[in-house]
Amino acid sequence: MTKWSRFNIVSVVLGFGFLYLPIVLLVIFSFNESKLVTVWAGFSTRWYAQLWHNQALLDAAWVTIRVGLLSATCATVLGTLAALALVRYTRFRGRVLFSGMVYAPLVMPEVITGLSLLLLFVAIGFDRGFWTITLAHITFTMCFVAVVVQSRLLSFDQSIEEAALDLGATPVRTFFAITLPVISPAVFSGWVLAFTLSLDDLVISSFTTGPGATTLPMKIYSQVRLGVTPEINAICTILIGVVALGVLVASIVTKRREVQRERDERAAFAMVG
Amino acid sequence: MKSLGSIRRSFAPWADPASKPFISFKNVTKKFGDFTAVDDLSLNIYTREFFALLGASGCGKSTLLRMLAGFEQPTSGEIILDGQNLAGIPPYRRPVNMMFQSYALFPHMTVESNIAFGLKQDGMAKPDIAERVAQMLKLVKLEKFAKRKPHQLSGGQRQRVALARSLAKRPKVLLLDEPLGALDKKLREETQFELMDLQQELGLTFVIVTHDQEEAMTMADRIAVMSHGNVIQVATPAEIYEAPNSRFVADFIGDVNIFDGTVAAAEEGRVRVETAGGVPIRMASPEKLSTGAKAAVAVRPEKIRVTRQAPAHAPLNAAEGEIWDIGYLGDMTVFHIRLKDGKVIKASSLNAMRAVEDPLGYDQQVWVSFSEDAGVVLKD
Repeated sequence: MTKWSRFNIVSVVLGFGFLYLPIVLLVIFSFNESKLVTVWAGFSTRWYAQLWHNQALLDAAWVTIRVGLLSATCATVLGTLAALALVRYTRFRGRVLFSGMVYAPLVMPEVITGLSLLLLFVAIGFDRGFWTITLAHITFTMCFVAVVVQSRLLSFDQSIEEAALDLGATPVRTFFAITLPVISPAVFSGWVLAFTLSLDDLVISSFTTGPGATTLPMKIYSQVRLGVTPEINAICTILIGVVALGVLVASIVTKRREVQRERDERAAFAMVG
Repeated sequence: MKSLGSIRRSFAPWADPASKPFISFKNVTKKFGDFTAVDDLSLNIYTREFFALLGASGCGKSTLLRMLAGFEQPTSGEIILDGQNLAGIPPYRRPVNMMFQSYALFPHMTVESNIAFGLKQDGMAKPDIAERVAQMLKLVKLEKFAKRKPHQLSGGQRQRVALARSLAKRPKVLLLDEPLGALDKKLREETQFELMDLQQELGLTFVIVTHDQEEAMTMADRIAVMSHGNVIQVATPAEIYEAPNSRFVADFIGDVNIFDGTVAAAEEGRVRVETAGGVPIRMASPEKLSTGAKAAVAVRPEKIRVTRQAPAHAPLNAAEGEIWDIGYLGDMTVFHIRLKDGKVIKASSLNAMRAVEDPLGYDQQVWVSFSEDAGVVLKD
């Protein structure tokens, strides 16, 4: 291993400090005894306990989770199908346009996505609320799923599908018995990604929400405008925990499979050699 | 001259006009955009035959196999299997199975489930499946590995699983796409003979695609040598080697010395060729060639004698030269002999004895010669 130069150390510290200092501060102050956010008065978990009595916050959390589960699931189905179409049918007309369009939401400013969705819902007279938020989240998380699944499909050995067809499985059976199980880790990480994106979305939710459907980020944002309370710190800490856990699980699942596979392969070859 | 077919064995349905082909390609053409992969090709394969499609990569041999499996549709022409036109029949309804070059094992399934997969698709009863799987595992000697996943197996073991899986459904035809390409040389040679035994035992029709001429020669009853989407010659390995029909085939299969020249005289059953290098050649030729026509004589290295003294028939079918290179291969020695005009002749001799008194050495003056039935006359 190369030696750590002073320059390297400084840049790493600066970089990580930049990224994580605010979060660390927030987590620390969520355990603050004092009602004043910026004055440390000793360790306590009272704000976490108090959360359970804040019905509005709990309702918002419940809405967020429902939207997240539903939209992530739908986005995963649609995103996987889009990825399949993009990787498999390389010769259809307008493929370049189609793939560009699938990725556009990745770089599209959220304000624009939110605004255009709002205009659509108003135009077709869709009552805004839980369902419009869910639809909007499906729209913008789908492309992330498509990207994740597509990268897995690119390294997928298509001859195993041909082998299944050759052995008498219809294309539909081949998909469910062969393709889906093999790409399932990528599909799962896509789902986790979609879920976490939906969980912390504020802008698009604000545009497409209606009465009675307030998500947690929206609730937090509106409360912060009245002043930051330690309670907010606590809920944010929980949110961070959930998101971090999700991302961690997703990456561990994919990584573990790879590592396990490599190890097995090495063992197999060692046995022969 | 003895019939070359008798060198191998008496199985030769292709020679019998009464026998019906099992697989028939009729004027099959396959185009990918502007590229013609298979060009108006017709070919018959007979039941229980071990048939090899041999050619360099890109010659259309794999496309031919994939059309038989149903993964590609011919642009024109038709493929008949056992009296049935295969047009429009999807791969999952064809009575053929394929062993893939990459083996294409299902990575998330055990060896057992891999082999059972095709049987399950047929709706076979569970006890029957278990019995057949056990039978296949025994056939490929992998009983101990039934519960393993493919990535826990070595290359050779994976190859056997792929074979067992493709044979489990007892297909009418087994297609093998470069099946031994990923194995090392020793294992490959072993497996070649195992495949031949298996084919005999099961009485199946095998169609194998390979670029390895030795592999094709060893295993196949007949070989189709392909180039640029066409079949150049279809014949038994012995015929392909000893009586190539063209310069391409002579050159593609094994080593060969080719003498270019013109026909000086044509007699009954043999011709005299004046070669560019000045070596007068008299060679047996069943075909009657007209005087003055361009012709080439192909002689395999092992049919060339290397001697210190001029042979009795010199200067006919003989030339003087010096030893330029010697390659010792263990079982035989390959000499490169440079003739006076600069042409290099390859000659090989079997090392039947462990030690030879006074062996031939570098720069030695020698005579190369061959008999009148040692080579083939090729029209150009």
